[in-house]
Formats: sequence, C-alpha cells, structure tokens
Amino acid sequence: MKAVLGTPRFGGLGLLALIVGLAPLAFPNAYFYDVAVNALFNAVVCVGLNLLIGYGGQISLGHAGFFALGAYGSALLTGRLGLPPLAALAASAAAVGVLALVVGRPILKLKGHYLAMATLGIGIIIHIVLKTESALTGGPDGLSVDSFSLLNFTVTSDRQWYWIGGGLLLISVWLALNIVDSPMGRALRAVHGSEIGAEVVGVDTTRYKVFMFVISAVFASVVGSLFAHKNAFITPDIGSFFRSIEMVTMVVLGGMASTFGAVIGAVILTLLPQLLAAFEDYEAMVLGGIMMGTMIFMPKGLLPSLLLLWARQRETAP
Amino acid sequence: MFAAFLQYLFAGLTSGAIYALAGLGFAIIFNASHVINFAQGEFIMIGGMATTALVAAGTPLPLAIVLAILITMAVGMALEKFAVEPARGADVTAIIIITIGASIFLRGAAQVVWDKEFHSLPAFSGETPLDVAGATLTPQSLWVVGVSVAMIVLLWWFFNRTLFGKAMLATSYNRLAAQLAGVAVKKVLLASFALSAMLGAVGGIVMTPITFTNYEVGIMLGLKGFSAAVLGGLGNGMGAIVGGLIVGIAEALAAGYLSSAYKDAIAFVIILLVLFFMPNGLFGKRGSERV
Amino acid sequence: MTLLAVENLSKVFGGVHAVEDLSFAVTPGTIHSIIGPNGAGKTTLFNLITGIYTPTSGRVRFAGADVTGQRPFQLARLGMSRTFQNLQIFFNMSALENVMVGHHLHLDRRFLPSLLRLPQVVASDRACRATATALMEFVGLSRYVGAQAAAMPYGALKRLEIARALAAKPRLLLLDEPAAGLNATESREIDEVIQRVAESGVTVVLVEHDMKMVMGISDHVLVLDYGRKLAEGTPAEVRANAEVVAAYLGAPA
Repeated sequence: MKAVLGTPRFGGLGLLALIVGLAPLAFPNAYFYDVAVNALFNAVVCVGLNLLIGYGGQISLGHAGFFALGAYGSALLTGRLGLPPLAALAASAAAVGVLALVVGRPILKLKGHYLAMATLGIGIIIHIVLKTESALTGGPDGLSVDSFSLLNFTVTSDRQWYWIGGGLLLISVWLALNIVDSPMGRALRAVHGSEIGAEVVGVDTTRYKVFMFVISAVFASVVGSLFAHKNAFITPDIGSFFRSIEMVTMVVLGGMASTFGAVIGAVILTLLPQLLAAFEDYEAMVLGGIMMGTMIFMPKGLLPSLLLLWARQRETAP
Repeated sequence: MFAAFLQYLFAGLTSGAIYALAGLGFAIIFNASHVINFAQGEFIMIGGMATTALVAAGTPLPLAIVLAILITMAVGMALEKFAVEPARGADVTAIIIITIGASIFLRGAAQVVWDKEFHSLPAFSGETPLDVAGATLTPQSLWVVGVSVAMIVLLWWFFNRTLFGKAMLATSYNRLAAQLAGVAVKKVLLASFALSAMLGAVGGIVMTPITFTNYEVGIMLGLKGFSAAVLGGLGNGMGAIVGGLIVGIAEALAAGYLSSAYKDAIAFVIILLVLFFMPNGLFGKRGSERV
Repeated sequence: MTLLAVENLSKVFGGVHAVEDLSFAVTPGTIHSIIGPNGAGKTTLFNLITGIYTPTSGRVRFAGADVTGQRPFQLARLGMSRTFQNLQIFFNMSALENVMVGHHLHLDRRFLPSLLRLPQVVASDRACRATATALMEFVGLSRYVGAQAAAMPYGALKRLEIARALAAKPRLLLLDEPAAGLNATESREIDEVIQRVAESGVTVVLVEHDMKMVMGISDHVLVLDYGRKLAEGTPAEVRANAEVVAAYLGAPA
C-alpha cells in the first residue's frame, strides 16, 4: 500500500485535506452540510475504532456507549454545572478514558466471542442506564444541549461545524497514522498477528490492547461531545447496540487496518440512508446485506481491496 | 412474602426456559462450526411472527405452528448456505460481523414482509390461572416450561441415540477425524443451523401468547441467549440450559426486588462478572493455546 | 556459573506428566541441546521456561533470579527470547516490521512523542529499520527485506523468527526445532546461523529432532524421554549412552 500511495502520511493526508476543502463546492444547500458533518464525525470515531479493531484485531461491540457518555457528559456538565463546553468535553473524555481503562483490563484478556460478549454488555448497560436515570438524563425523551462556544465565539451554523469536523478529522487521521507507524503501533499490529509471538520479544500485549481500547473510547467520547452540541438534542439511542454495530460496519466496510479506509467506510454508510430515503423500510436489509457481502466477498474491505486491484493491474500493464 | 417470591420464580423460569432454548441454539451451532450465530434471536422472532401471520390469515393454530417452524428452519439453512458457508475459514471478527449482518437483514426483512406492530396468539389452553401457594401460574407458562423440557429431552435423544446425532457430536469433538470416518461435515453444519432454528422458533411460538412478538424482539432474546451460552461455557449444552435459567431467574428477581427498569441489564451484569472472574464461563473447559 | 537453571520442574496435564521432576543448568556462551523422541516433553519444557505455561511444581531461575510463573514479555525484558516450532509470525506485517517488533524493548515507546511523531521518534525509527535490515542479512534473508511476511516461504519464515528474536538482544535464545520441515541444504544453513549466533555471545538452547545436527553443533546435550531426564553430557557421552540408544532405536536397554 505504501508503494501505491507514495508516502501515505503526507500524500494521503494532503488528498484528504483537498477533498474536505473542496467538497462544500458541491453542496447545493444547507442540508448537505448537516449530512456532511455527521459523515465527518463518524469518520473520526471510525479512525479511532480502527486502531482497536483493524490494527489490533480486538473487536468492540459497545463503542456507541462511549460516544453516548461523551455526549451526555458534555450536555450535563455544560447544562447543569455551567462548565465551558471545551472543559466539559475534556472532562467527559477523561472520565470515559478512565472507565475504559478500568473495564478494559479484565475485558481485553478475553478473546474472540467472549470479548464480543463483554464489550456488547458494557455498551448495552450504558444504554440502559441512560434510558433509565431520567432524573439526570431525561430518559428516553432526551435532553437538549447548549451550543458550543469558545471564548466569545459560538458555533451556530452547520457550515461552521463542517470546518470543525473537517479539521478534527485531519488531525485524527494524522495522529492515527503516527500511532500506527510508531513502536507502539507496530506492537499493536503484532498482537493482531500473533499474541504469543509479540510476548516473547517483550511486548506487554494486555497493556497495548487496553491502551488502544482507551484511545478509541476517547475518540468516540470527544466526537460524542461535539455531536451533542451540534445536534442540540440527544436521546439514549445514540448509545444503542445498533449504533455500535453501525460503527463496526463502517470500519469493516472501508477496510480493516486502513485509516483512510475507515474514513471512506464512515462516509459511505452515513450517506447511504440519505440515498435510500425513498426506501426507508429497506434500510436495515441493505445495511445487513452490506455487512454480510463485505465480509464474504471483500474481507479486507473496500479501500485495501481496490488498492490491491489497482496494484495488480499496474503490474500486468506494460 | 413467599407468594411474591414464588411469583417472581415462575416468571423467571418461564423466560429462563426461552433463554435456555436460545442458549442451546448457540451451543449447537458453535459446536458444529465454531460460529457464534448472532441471528439466533431472529429465529425466535421469525417463529413467533410467522405463526401469528399464518393464524391471522386463517390457518388453524397447529398447522400454523408446524409451518412456522419449517419456515424458520428453512431460513436457518439458507443462512448457513449463503452467509456462513462461503466465509469458512474467516477469522472470528469476520464471522461475528456476518451473523450480526444476517440478524439485521432478517429483522429488516420481517419488517417488510410483515409489519412493525406487536402481535399475539391465543393461549394454548385457556387463560384461567392456577393458584400455587398464593402465586398465580398461567397455563401458558406451563406450556413454555413443558415444551422446553420436551425439546431438551428430544435433543438428548437425538445426540445420543441416533446415528446422525452422534455424527454431529463427533464433528464437534474433532472435525477432521469425523470427516475421515465418513461424516458429511457439510450436512452436519446445515443440520446444526436447522436444529438451532427449530429451537428458536419453538421458543418464539410458545412465548408469544405471554410476551407478544414483533420484528425487534429477537435482539434482546438473542443477546440473552448468548449470555446464557457464555455463562454456561460456550459449547456446553447443559451449561447453556443452566445459564438460561440463571439469567431468567436473576432477571425476574431483580425486576421484582430491585428495579424493573434494570431488568434487561441484569443478564449483562452477570455475564460481565462471570467473564471478569471466570473467563471460560461457569462450566467451560480451560483451553490452552498450542504453540 | 549458570545462566538458566531448571529445578525439579513438573507439568501435569489432566493426570499426564508431560514434564516430570526435571533439573538441569545451562552455562552461558554454550549451545545446549534438548533431544528426545516425539512426545518426550521438549516443547512443553520450552513453554514452561519461557512463561507460556505455568509449572505444576518446581522452579526456573534465569540469571540468578527466580522467574517461575513470569509472563513471556517479562522474561524478554530480562533477556530471554525464543522461536516456535509452529511459526508465530506476524503475517499482517512486512518482514522487516516483524524484526522491528523484535527490537521493541530497545525503542522509545513513550506515547506523546509517538503520537506527535517528534524528530527523535523518526530518528529512532530509522535506526531501528537499519538494525532490522542488518539482522535480516545476518540470518541470510537479504533478499526478503522488502517482502511481506505472508509472501515468504516456510524456510525463510523460520529464519525471520530467529532474526526477530535476536532483535530483542537476548542473552538466552531458545530455538524450538529450527530445522523441522527444512531440506538438507536449508538445514545446513540454519546450522551456520545458529553457530554464528552462539559466536556472537548469545547462549543458545536448542530443541531438535535431527540428531546429526545436534551432535555437530552442541556443547552439551540433554536427552528427555516421557518428560524425564534420560541422559546428559557432551555429544560424545550421550552418543555412548546405552539408554539413549535404546530410546532412539527402540531396542531393550
């Protein structure tokens, strides 16, 4: 893949910046900004989640729970305690990080199906708590959230959110690429390749798995906080099992162990319901079909498969 | 005091029996193929929904039940043939995503084929509750528990007394050896999905008069069945039954004495505690990695 | 002087004694071989020494410290590394990256510098790449430096594991059947690699099936049979031992 993209760190990042920068030229109205912001937000979550699932090979079926905790944390800290939004975001992210650390240690000793069960359980418990503690969270009726402001500047339009989301995505991708290509990232990928092989050369496998679990949870929490402010209203369903599955599907569709793939997967799956709006009833069938089809016919995911195809064609071409 | 406890116990046993059937479904497929079928809950949903739809269309209840079970088994076999079989040899994460995809697909299909409403069936033998030491017990609860016991006995007979059942067991112990001994492993896989689908459908049908059914009921039932299977140690049939009962009873007691809102969380709290402290379930064998 | 000492080590699997009351010591700077028929407990012994299994009883001492029950990564920090009979290659990475992971303990692993990719991380990465390339050349894999691990043949992967283990700069290297599945030429080449490793000052413990290879390069040989020590000594002494001959040829002692 490196040979294909030149230097992925700057080549790919530059291309992504160009796309983010030019995309609004194709937006005919404000509604497109709204969808685009959601796509960018999902992409950031997936870039984080891909570190855990794609590179580390550890599944999580509960990340929507961390996203929702970030959202509710920000909503409550700004609404009830009057904290500035950025401080609320940081405090929520820190709390989610600590929670992920505490539950991550015992959970990530588990493998395969047991890990899937445990992460799924955490996500569902968070969802149920948010639904039930209505005195605090407003229950299933939801909670309204103040807009995001920093110093004297308040983010009001989706257009502004677009640039925030775009900037955040570029930073996230840059950080993720750095992590993957560092000793830490290599150790994590080695854990995916062979846990025992990594241990015998000194890699504390549990530590790295937990670490990436925490990092990906913090990514989700930060985006959750921003989402809450942008949407101005949140319900517990942002933390549902279905949302967790959707996040995993985005990563898998775009390409496991491919940071740019995760971005592409997130964008496609965010836009899909818009394209299928006329067939709303079929949305679940299409999503389910994509999940099965990708894994059966293209287990590496969209971007890696396409790059492989391209590389092969260049080889055969004179 | 005691009457209330008994009441919760009855409720717990009834739902526990359904979880046990679902857990058994997970165990059978897991043993045959090392796949965790996240669409197990959808079998429960399809069984119930198909029966109510057939009854609404004028089919007599017994015939509707038989047809619904057959439909669910056909769905199960199609799932194996078109989604699981083509992905053989893929890693655990891929298989998990495929079966979750299948569950979402089936849920979407049910909502298109049928609808999003709740449906019920008449109780099989009337609604007159029985009085047991001050607690009421509906005849349908007895049906649920009785049918579950009958299914378990039937399964025991199948796996221990029939040639094909023994072949399935042999495959779960050692796939290659079974293959060499002439067992058609592909048929075993197909049969395991059919059998699990049947268990799910039966559970879904007998519970419908009590709990109602709709296109979404499979999510929680499936996940709780999975908890039951993991609680008992993946692949351990007896463990799945005990796990199902534990989950059902704990849930009913928690709903009665603690908070009914957190009823659905109980199964997951239990499973997390078990996984934290006994990573292989209550009765699972400790697997050691061979290097 | 002892680098590794195994004292009354036993491992029971469901009533079967895979290793029983075994004691031996490894002197630094030597090639120490463990041989025995199939099922003699050689791999189990390796797994006990390197922390993959926990012994039922007995102790393992490494460089003077009791390391019984420590996890493999802790032992790696103390200077112990190994290869595997069933390859444990990172097939999702390139060959070079496999060796770079081996260098893990000797790199700057702090989070923030890595996250921001500060200049010192870039420099240390470049150095690591050079070290890994040199190690691949050392084990005779120069032509695979740019390859993906998944695209390499079996024989090359065996050496890749040796390079990866060496990248951890071990004092003690345990090799589990490095010649298994190799042809005669490849086997001889692995022989040379092992001897070069030993000459560089790394103590080698070798599990091997191939008697000829073992007798040729070992300073000391330990013979196992049914998890117990059958004989021990120099290759010449072991070859002359009647019990060893019996175990290998199946003749009554």
